[in-house]
Amino acid sequence: MNPIDRRYAKSHEWVKLDGKTVTIGITAFAVEQLTEPTYLELPKVGKELAAGDELGIIESVKSTSPIYSPVAGTVVECNEILATNLSPVNDDPFETGWLVKLKLAPDATLDALMTSEQYDAQLASEGH
Amino acid sequence: MSNLHTPLHAWHVSRKARMMPFGGWEMPVQYAGITSEHRAVRTAAGHFDISHMARLHFTGTDALKLLETIFTNSVATMKDGQVRYGLICREDGGVLDDILVYRWPDSFLAVVNAANREKIEAWLERHRAGLAVEMEDRTFTTAMIAVQGPNALEWSTGLFADDVSGLKYYHAMPTQYRKQPCIVSRTGYTGEDGLEVIVANTQAVNLWEALFARGSLPCGLGARDTLRLEAAMPLYGHELTEELNPIQAGLGWAVKLEKGEFIGREALRAAASVQELPVRVGLVIESKRAAREGSVILAEDGTTLGSVTSGSFAPTLEKSIAMGYVVPKAAAVGTKLAIDVGGAKLHAVVSALPFYKRSVAAAEPANTPTLG
Repeated sequence: MNPIDRRYAKSHEWVKLDGKTVTIGITAFAVEQLTEPTYLELPKVGKELAAGDELGIIESVKSTSPIYSPVAGTVVECNEILATNLSPVNDDPFETGWLVKLKLAPDATLDALMTSEQYDAQLASEGH
Repeated sequence: MSNLHTPLHAWHVSRKARMMPFGGWEMPVQYAGITSEHRAVRTAAGHFDISHMARLHFTGTDALKLLETIFTNSVATMKDGQVRYGLICREDGGVLDDILVYRWPDSFLAVVNAANREKIEAWLERHRAGLAVEMEDRTFTTAMIAVQGPNALEWSTGLFADDVSGLKYYHAMPTQYRKQPCIVSRTGYTGEDGLEVIVANTQAVNLWEALFARGSLPCGLGARDTLRLEAAMPLYGHELTEELNPIQAGLGWAVKLEKGEFIGREALRAAASVQELPVRVGLVIESKRAAREGSVILAEDGTTLGSVTSGSFAPTLEKSIAMGYVVPKAAAVGTKLAIDVGGAKLHAVVSALPFYKRSVAAAEPANTPTLG
């Protein structure tokens, strides 16, 4: 099941709020669909993103997929471990496999994103 | 139209394989994961359901004549029990399919790509008019399983009525599996040693599980694709199409211009002397990011040189590799190029093919073609 302490985007990213900062990653479902990641590209610290902007790219043997930022903000940190080892994304996408941290833009909120219940329902309705 | 199912379809689904349509069939892409399946084949053995490949059987006094007419490689020089790779071309040299021909004392077998089955059957029907030859499609009465990898032969020991360990590379023999007739060939599409087995539909699940029980790992078409890419074997629809000729594809060794008349001979003779058309090259990318089919290949100054036909992260090499077609002046090994992957440009170098070559066993002649 998807953790209840965060919000979800339709495109299978999760967002966890901590004060004015959010941590962003991709869901276990996204990883399962993608299959073992082989390449990850993340933005540079300082990059400003609007909600829906492409945040990075993740590839598996078979596919290349964009990752979108579910919220507006400025990149303050990228998960350094992933520069040399992608297994945390594969094995632990909700915790050690996080991708980036953003400082939320002044007016940005997570209100438009799905709760874990709503995201569970989306997966169920897609037949997963 | 719904996709066809192989006799192993229910097994794949029950083992939660990820299924996808391929060449008109619903086939497994992966079970445990493409990388682990790929590694199993390179280091031990894996087996693949390749029942989707079409199996066409030819008999009659003109069977040899028909095959010589439609096949670019020589059939007349084949010995009984030999298997040979070659192309079926149009008059203009465009590739209709790449196939394997098996020669038996009184008959022949052709293994044809799944997606091309109906097209090739129609082509053969057209060219057998007036000839004494019968063609029988055995795709739906038999199954085909490939077992590939350094342990493939050892783990197949004792499965068949005859000892198959003495089969030479690109040779086949009829034998029996559980008292039912089958065909075993020392062929494959992974760059590893191994066997391909054609059995009656009713024996498919039994043979599949027997290989599994002996340690071979079930593998899907995902690993088959990365394995063949590392071994630089062309895939129809990607490196081979009706718009490309076998000379451009680097398959001139499978075109025997001097064997006598065959369809496409004059066009291919001309193609062999002209060096202007784009040619197939291997590309090693200086990043782990993959180039995908259709990505444009550029010179360092931005001029378009060609495009990618297959590309992936290569699990054995742990590099991103690709094959594609470029103009001849950019085809020399060592040429530095760029690949446009939707905005970003990847640096790449033209590499000798194949990307991966297994260490050749002493018993195996060094000059046998490695394509299948």
